[in-house]
Amino acid sequence: MFRAAIRARRMPALALILLFIAWLPGTPAQAEDDWQAVLEAARGQTVYFNGWGGSEQVNGYVAWAAAETEARYGVRVVHVRIGDIAEVVARILAEKIAGRDSGGTVDLMWINGENFAAMKAHDLLGAPFTEALPNFALVDTVGLPTTLVDFTVPTDGLEAPWGMAQLVFIHDTAVLPTPPTTLQTLLMHVEANPGRFTYPLPPAFHGTTFLKQALLSLSPNPERFQEPVGDTDPVAETAALWDYLDRLHPHLWRSGEAFPPDGPTLIRLLDDGEIDVAFSFNPQEASAAIENGLLPDTARTYILDGGTLGNAHFLAIPYNANAREGALVFVDFLLSPEAQARKADYRIWGDPSVLNVSELPAGERAHFEALPPGPATLPANALGTPLPEPHPSWTGALEAEWLRRYGG
Amino acid sequence: MAQAVRRLAGVRPGAATHRQGGGWIALIPSLTLICLLSPIIVGLTGTVLPAFGVMPALGAETPTLAPWSDLMAAPGVGRGLLVTLWVGIGSTVISLAITVTILAAWHGRVWFHRLRRVLSPLLATPHAGLAIGLAFVLAPAGWIARLISPWATGWDRPPDLLIVNDPYAIALIIGLVLKETPFLLLMGIAAVHQVGPDPALQVARTAGYGPVSAWMRIVLPRVYPLIRLPIYAVLAFALSVIDMSLILGPNTPPTLAVMVLRWFNDPDLTMRLMASAGACLQIAVVAGAIAAWRLAEIVIAVLARPVLSDGRRGGSGTAFRLGSALPAVIGLGLAGLALASLGLWSLADRWRYPAALPTAWSLETWGRTLPGLGRPAWITLATGVAATAIALVLVIGCLEYERRAGVKPTNRALWLLYTPLLVPQIGFLFGVQTALVATQLDGGWIGLIWSHLLFVLPYVFLALADPWRALDDRYARSAACLGASPNRVLFRVVLPMLLRPVLVAAAIGFSVSVAQYLPTVFAGAGRLTTLTTEAVGLSGGADRRVLAVTAFTQTALPLLGFAAALAIPAIRFRHRQGLRA
Repeated sequence: MFRAAIRARRMPALALILLFIAWLPGTPAQAEDDWQAVLEAARGQTVYFNGWGGSEQVNGYVAWAAAETEARYGVRVVHVRIGDIAEVVARILAEKIAGRDSGGTVDLMWINGENFAAMKAHDLLGAPFTEALPNFALVDTVGLPTTLVDFTVPTDGLEAPWGMAQLVFIHDTAVLPTPPTTLQTLLMHVEANPGRFTYPLPPAFHGTTFLKQALLSLSPNPERFQEPVGDTDPVAETAALWDYLDRLHPHLWRSGEAFPPDGPTLIRLLDDGEIDVAFSFNPQEASAAIENGLLPDTARTYILDGGTLGNAHFLAIPYNANAREGALVFVDFLLSPEAQARKADYRIWGDPSVLNVSELPAGERAHFEALPPGPATLPANALGTPLPEPHPSWTGALEAEWLRRYGG
Repeated sequence: MAQAVRRLAGVRPGAATHRQGGGWIALIPSLTLICLLSPIIVGLTGTVLPAFGVMPALGAETPTLAPWSDLMAAPGVGRGLLVTLWVGIGSTVISLAITVTILAAWHGRVWFHRLRRVLSPLLATPHAGLAIGLAFVLAPAGWIARLISPWATGWDRPPDLLIVNDPYAIALIIGLVLKETPFLLLMGIAAVHQVGPDPALQVARTAGYGPVSAWMRIVLPRVYPLIRLPIYAVLAFALSVIDMSLILGPNTPPTLAVMVLRWFNDPDLTMRLMASAGACLQIAVVAGAIAAWRLAEIVIAVLARPVLSDGRRGGSGTAFRLGSALPAVIGLGLAGLALASLGLWSLADRWRYPAALPTAWSLETWGRTLPGLGRPAWITLATGVAATAIALVLVIGCLEYERRAGVKPTNRALWLLYTPLLVPQIGFLFGVQTALVATQLDGGWIGLIWSHLLFVLPYVFLALADPWRALDDRYARSAACLGASPNRVLFRVVLPMLLRPVLVAAAIGFSVSVAQYLPTVFAGAGRLTTLTTEAVGLSGGADRRVLAVTAFTQTALPLLGFAAALAIPAIRFRHRQGLRA
């Protein structure tokens, strides 16, 4: 409390008000007034939204949401497409070090995991804001606990959940009718069919995700990784993963001497027939790819025996944002049932909603009920319970060891 | 300051008053050098200090060698360094060899003059666009494999061959050779004109030397010193290229410059100290490679002396000529395929391996992608036009001062002008970014345009200096005799007569600006993005069609600039035959 108050003294008055909203449970009427004040302050602002820009579906959706927000609220949103949000974390930290405590270059960022943990640890996130958003009340924080806990780190209202993710694997039934559903059978498959599998180059998001999935699937006690890296040697604790990769790599695509730069490239390699199994963090990716002419109609989705990693992805506002109110308005729009339902449509993007759909009023629920089932999407109950993400400190440890072993 | 800079540039002080027309124009050479050199000095300081542990913003104040020991311990640095040297020196040697053989073989032939027209579009093609197109063509699932599969190769599925992103960086070297050879050829053609070797060649031919042999013995030794600086610029570029390396280069490990960029972008800011050490290593690599190249020049000159005077006449050179045509044909073919594949993919609806052509066509990708490209396209255009306009004003000012003051630029001045092309971008742009953040200029237009100007200006100068100096001085003198003031002479006589070379220089400057990747990344701070940063950002990805639209637009913009540079004088001078050529 004391620290928050000290930080708050340097903030504009409105941010201070928002801080108090977060702390004091105000009356609904008061919250409404406060939101009106945010809407007024936001009008005319330009929000620089920094997010991964490697997917055309995502970019198209963001462009739609930006146009709607400008039309409805007079807030202009510029989608700054970046390759890796870690670069933006570095930039904001550099701005803080240079004393640029207001007028920063980033107003909103698409983030989760170790990058959120780094932002939080360096006090780069300003005041909590999620409780100030009218639509945050619709989020299914009970049914989807990862909307409040990001890779074991509590969000504390510093980031708003935007969508849900779960690792799924994709194969072409016309080429490979029965895909390998364990890491062991995957290894056997590439031993028999060299070059037919690969994963993106860590620290690319999907590459690191594959390392974490393999770590949890292969370790005798995966719960260990819910705790931070400790005093014991992290390499020794993750030995099962490295043994596996040492055996897998010689049989990978390009003999493990080159790796694709990012996740979507796997879809392209699958479509070209270079690999037999791709994976994605979006359960509807295969359906979306079929719809967009990027995969054959025979592509299908499956998950590994024992479950796959799942998490949520978030939107956060840096402490020195230049258009904080505009960012709040944009985030609130992205959480609206209309925007969340559109996002969940595999023909648009296919990213699962964070809202508690069954509790929505009938009119709002209709947006979701109108969604068509994707041809290659697994039913929700087939996805099983997602495995929880390891503590973010493991991300760095895995990436460093990977680089040491295979990066040089 | 102005005096000091002028002295540094080797311009005689007081020369401006030597003839009339001093005044404001005498300040332009100094202003130009300040514009070029101050960011580099600031940037180098901001890179060298952190490399020795001094970065007060991070709380690092005591000098230490720790960043260097971290650098030496970083995985992949040793192999990355070897790959960097292999790529840089290999691609430069190949480009130079092709340049020299083509110049020697085709000197004085009809094709020699047509060559220039073919080279301009290649020169204007941005590195990233060409690299993306090449990847479309060369990859195991690329166009070439599709054209010959499965009927000739039996490849029902793409072969698991390491062709693009290969550890030996063959794809990257091919890309660099395709981009650098046209530049060296154009510089070489200009140098040959400057040397004016025809009488000497005739003497040698009369003495019975074959055409190629005579060229090698008589012209090359005089042409080489004139293209030495461009060669060093090519070498420095190839050793530190980033965008092409990201698309075509190896990734386990990547080249040194790519590694350094990754460290600069690491969320762990203390990595920036090690990254700065890496940037210094990059500078040392470039400096060392240039020094080694210079040494090799001296050794080759000594070794070649007896060969030059051994009296062997050489044959008619027909075989040599045909042999030299081979790399040219392959190169032009590959570049043509690369650009065509961008066009095809942008119009494809579905194009699966191994179909030789898209199986379904559609304009939908264009319709879907263009709206999102509006902003980057506008930023690309505005930055390119602004940087080119400033560069033109400065360069014309310098050349006009040179003419009025009757001074000749020294060799030292030329080296200073080349500085931005010789110092690796990664070596000073990080320091520039630190300064931009401190002055809150990052992500703004001033920083972006200035950072592009550093690279646009030298090329504009190179393109304009020769035609400007070649203009017959008697036109200006006649005008002056009729009572025209120096400025009136400039605007009514000199510039109209030089409209064509001015526009070509502008087109070259614009294409250089469009192609800039790293300056845009650092100065644009992600807020100002261009078609180049968009294209490189999409270069992985699932959707080749969207990437093709982006890269095609990026490539089309500078080509349109060149088309305008050719069309405007043709229209303006449709009644003046002599000014059209």
